Amino acid sequence: MAEKVVDIQDLEYWYMQGTPMEVQALKGAHFDVYRGEVVAVLGHTGSGKSTLIQHLNGLLRPHKGHVRVLEYDLTDPNVDVKALRRRVGLVFQFPEAQLFERYVGDDVAFGPRQLGLSREEVRERVRTAMNAVGLDFETYKDRFTFSLSGGEKRRAALAGVLALRPEILVLDEPTAGLDPEGRRLILNLIRRLKEEWELTLILVTHDMDTVAEMADRCFVLADGRTVLSGTPREVFAHPEVLRELALDLPHPTEVTHRLAATGVPVRPDALTLDEAETAIRHVLANGSANT
Amino acid sequence: MDPIIRLEHVWHIYSAQGERPIEALRDISLRIYPGEYVVILGRNGSGKSTLAKHFNGILLPTRGDVWVKEWNTKDLQHKLAIRSTVGLVFQNPDNQIVATIVEEDVAFGPENLGIPHAELRRRVDWALELVGMTPYRYRPPHHLSGGQKQRIAIAGIMAMKPEVLVLDESTALLDPRGRREILDIVQRLHRQEGVTVVAITHFMDEAIWADRIVVLDEGRLVMSGSPEEIFSQPDRLRDHGLDVPPVTELARRLHRHFPEIPPAVLRVEELVTAVRDLYARRFVPTAMHSETAQQEHRP
Ligand SMILES: Nc1ncnc2c1ncn2[C@@H]1O[C@H](COP(=O)(O)OP(=O)(O)OP(=O)(O)O)[C@@H](O)[C@H]1O
Ligand SMILES: Nc1ncnc2c1ncn2[C@@H]1O[C@H](COP(=O)(O)OP(=O)(O)OP(=O)(O)O)[C@@H](O)[C@H]1O
Ligand SMILES: [Mg+2]
Ligand SMILES: [Mg+2]
Repeated sequence: MAEKVVDIQDLEYWYMQGTPMEVQALKGAHFDVYRGEVVAVLGHTGSGKSTLIQHLNGLLRPHKGHVRVLEYDLTDPNVDVKALRRRVGLVFQFPEAQLFERYVGDDVAFGPRQLGLSREEVRERVRTAMNAVGLDFETYKDRFTFSLSGGEKRRAALAGVLALRPEILVLDEPTAGLDPEGRRLILNLIRRLKEEWELTLILVTHDMDTVAEMADRCFVLADGRTVLSGTPREVFAHPEVLRELALDLPHPTEVTHRLAATGVPVRPDALTLDEAETAIRHVLANGSANT
Repeated sequence: MDPIIRLEHVWHIYSAQGERPIEALRDISLRIYPGEYVVILGRNGSGKSTLAKHFNGILLPTRGDVWVKEWNTKDLQHKLAIRSTVGLVFQNPDNQIVATIVEEDVAFGPENLGIPHAELRRRVDWALELVGMTPYRYRPPHHLSGGQKQRIAIAGIMAMKPEVLVLDESTALLDPRGRREILDIVQRLHRQEGVTVVAITHFMDEAIWADRIVVLDEGRLVMSGSPEEIFSQPDRLRDHGLDVPPVTELARRLHRHFPEIPPAVLRVEELVTAVRDLYARRFVPTAMHSETAQQEHRP
């Protein structure tokens, strides 16, 4: 059994606690991740996803409940957050929130420089990370960060965290604002890193197709609580429940589900285009579902 | 009919005087007609947001001209008229937040247009209701979740009741239901109130609702046509960093094995009907099934 690298139980969190503006963003969330997994966090707008994952590198501290990440207990006020942040990289939902150097190259280099690496090694890491996210090193290193387009900023923010080579990578909406080619590039990159670095990945996303393609497991939040968890196949098996939670089926699943509802004996639970293609070809060739 | 927005040979060069100028727009000529629904596609950095900011004069062309109705955007005396005609929802909602309370934020745009107080109140109520954010009206906008900010940004522009609504990736951070709701609202404004819509998106399946799609790459306008025309050219789209909608991709793959399935399907219902009819023809002796399939159609 793989090691459990994240364990969150009964987590509660309030913004502006003790003021008239107080908002309880988490009301009992649970969440766990094993080493090497890709885990997706889903849920309606304002359900608490960003709040939850900001606990993973100690940006937010639990007000109630338990948060353990690797060997760090975040309920302990003396926990070594600096050490934790070297091992857990987090890319924010708004990339602007983490781009603060003047030049793109310096921004991506910021983390590795903190690690006390040699100049050459920093440069190598920056080059590799930028090229991996589709920002050509030579073209972009001397560009002003503020001048990047929306998608370029998201890529730059991701490059900065990749250059840290974390054990756990937490991405808040990694594909939002990326063009289709960029989306494929990032998803392939994630697959590769998972293989090569045994990286653990946590993705917050509204993109059901990404969840279906990538995730080993997913957790669904609603109004600050974990309301559903399981493999994508399990979670996407109940479209009515999903719609109540403001979510939806992945595109391929939508097609096979609707087909099955019209009485075609197709396997309804395709997750990817490949699976949907196989299922539909099978029923059209044989008149019955594949297994 | 006269175009409501007209671009003539527009170039936009950032840091034109600096040592590395960036040609974000290159010789773009484009007309948007009243009542149209236009979707702009293009890879990251292709110039979409730069283009959008030319539609209401937030950016002025380095070369060439932009007209909104009969006003040249370079003519600063028409600034207010232009801004009240063309409302732009920014790509990053943070860049649009100006007030410390949600309802004041939504009121900011129309107030600057000189809308009288009573009418202003009505519009703010209406816009907040439209995007489902009424319960948040007294909250500070900076302290909202990503999707909630995006809804507020949309409400602020809606409250100005512009004739042209320009949406720069306004659904990027919404949950699937929120995306559907915003698309429904935009389509309703377009159909029922004749609002002209220009929407930028990276969701190919949102582009199928357009009357016309234009594609940018490296600052140039490289493709233009109906969704059917654009999405029947997957190789060209991929060259520009784009793709066809997932349903179209599935239909194309099935078409290779079953020519009866049309390859250029854009909507889920069309594909479901096509597959179902083919299944019925092959395996069900009494082929009365297209009727049942029809009932599956959703409006
Ligand atoms: N800085 C803040 N101050 C006060 N309230 C906040 C703050 N950030 C978030 N909230 C509130 O906490 C709740 C959870 O927000 P959170 O950002 O975690 O949601 P989310 O699931 O990430 O949503 P989205 O999908 O829209 O990004 C929301 O009701 C939000 O309004
Ligand atoms: N203020 C600026 N100064 C210099 N260059 C800029 C500025 N704003 C944008 N650019 C550059 O101009 C080009 C076009 O940017 P724009 O924001 O219009 O792209 P976009 O098509 O909207 O991309 P995205 O899909 O990522 O939002 C990009 O190469 C970008 O880096
Ligand atoms: Mg969020
Ligand atoms: Mg943009």
